[in-house]
Amino acid sequence: MKRLVTLSAAAIFAALLIDVLLDLPAAALDLRALLAEAMPASGVAHPVTAVLLNTRGYDTLLEIAVLLVALLGVVISSARTNLSSDPGRTPASHVAIDADPMVSALARLVTPLAVIFAIYVLWAGAHRPGGAFQAAAILAAALVLLHFARIVPACTAPSCRLRVAAVAGFAIFLVIAAIPLAGGALLQYPPAAAGLLILAIESGLTVSLALVLAGLFLLLADDAGGRQ
Amino acid sequence: MSGALLYAIAGVLLFAAGAAGVVLLDHLLRRVLAFNIMGSGACLVLVGLAQRNGIPDPVPQAMVLTGIVVAVAATGLALALIRRLHAQTGHADGKTEEERVKGETGAGCSLPASHSVAGRGDD
Repeated sequence: MKRLVTLSAAAIFAALLIDVLLDLPAAALDLRALLAEAMPASGVAHPVTAVLLNTRGYDTLLEIAVLLVALLGVVISSARTNLSSDPGRTPASHVAIDADPMVSALARLVTPLAVIFAIYVLWAGAHRPGGAFQAAAILAAALVLLHFARIVPACTAPSCRLRVAAVAGFAIFLVIAAIPLAGGALLQYPPAAAGLLILAIESGLTVSLALVLAGLFLLLADDAGGRQ
Repeated sequence: MSGALLYAIAGVLLFAAGAAGVVLLDHLLRRVLAFNIMGSGACLVLVGLAQRNGIPDPVPQAMVLTGIVVAVAATGLALALIRRLHAQTGHADGKTEEERVKGETGAGCSLPASHSVAGRGDD
C-alpha cells in the first residue's frame, strides 16, 4: 500500500514537473549579459571559473567550509569508534591482504600522470573548463588508487601536518577574501591583481580539496570502524 | 523538444525516482544512494535548463559544481555516521528496536553484524 501510494505520488510529481518544463517561460533574469560585462574585471577568461571564484566567491568559500565540517565529522566519528575498539590491534594496513600486482603496477604508472594532469587542469581553469575542484578530484582519485595498491594506508587519525594542509586552502582563500575589506567589501579583488589572486586561491584549494576528498574516503576505508 | 530539455526531463525523472527511494527503502545505505540520485536529478535539471536558449549560462553550471562537491561531503559524512551506527548497534537497516523485535522474520537487508566491534546490544 505504502509502495503504491509513494510510486504514484512520485509519478504524478514527475508528470506535473515535466509538464511545467515543456512550456517554461523565458528566464526573467538573464545573468549572461551581466556576467559578460563583468568578465574583463574578473581576471580569468573562463566564465564558470569567473563565477566560482570571483562573482559568486561567497558560494565557493562557504562550500569549502562545508567540506571541512564534513571531514571534521568523519574524523570525529571514526576516532571515537577506534577508541571503543581493541587498543592493541594492528593498523588496518598491516593486517590487510597483499595488493594485486596489477593494481600496484597501475597505481605506480597512473599516479605521476595524474599529478601532471591535475596541474594542467588547474592551469587550464583560467581559460577553459577545469579548475581547482576538478584538479583536486583527480589528485584524490590518485590517492585512492594508491590506497588500493596498499601504498597509502587508510588513516585513522590524520597527523597534525595533514590537518594543517587540509585547512590551508580554506585559510588562504579566507585571507585573500578578507584583504579587500580594507578598501571595499569581502571578496572584491582589485581587477588588476584578480588573475593572480585567483590562481593563488586555486592552487591552495587544489591541495587542500584533494586531501579532504581523499580523507573522506581513506578515513572510511579504515576497517576498524565497521568490522575488524 | 531540444536536447537541453531532454536533460531537464531526465533530471526530473531521476529526482522523482530518488525521492520514492528515500521514502520506500529501509536500509540507510540505500537511502543515502537514493538521496544521491535525487541530487543528481536536481543538478541535471539545473544544467539542462541553463542551456535551453542555446548558449549555456555559466552561473547554474558553477552552482552545480558547488552542489556536487557538497553532495560528496554530505555523502561521506552520512556514510561515516551509518558506519558508526552499525559499529554500535550491529544494524544499519533504519528500523527501531521495537520494529526489529516485531518483524524479526521480515528483515531482509541488514548488513552482517557478526563482526561488530562494539558488540550488539551493549548499553
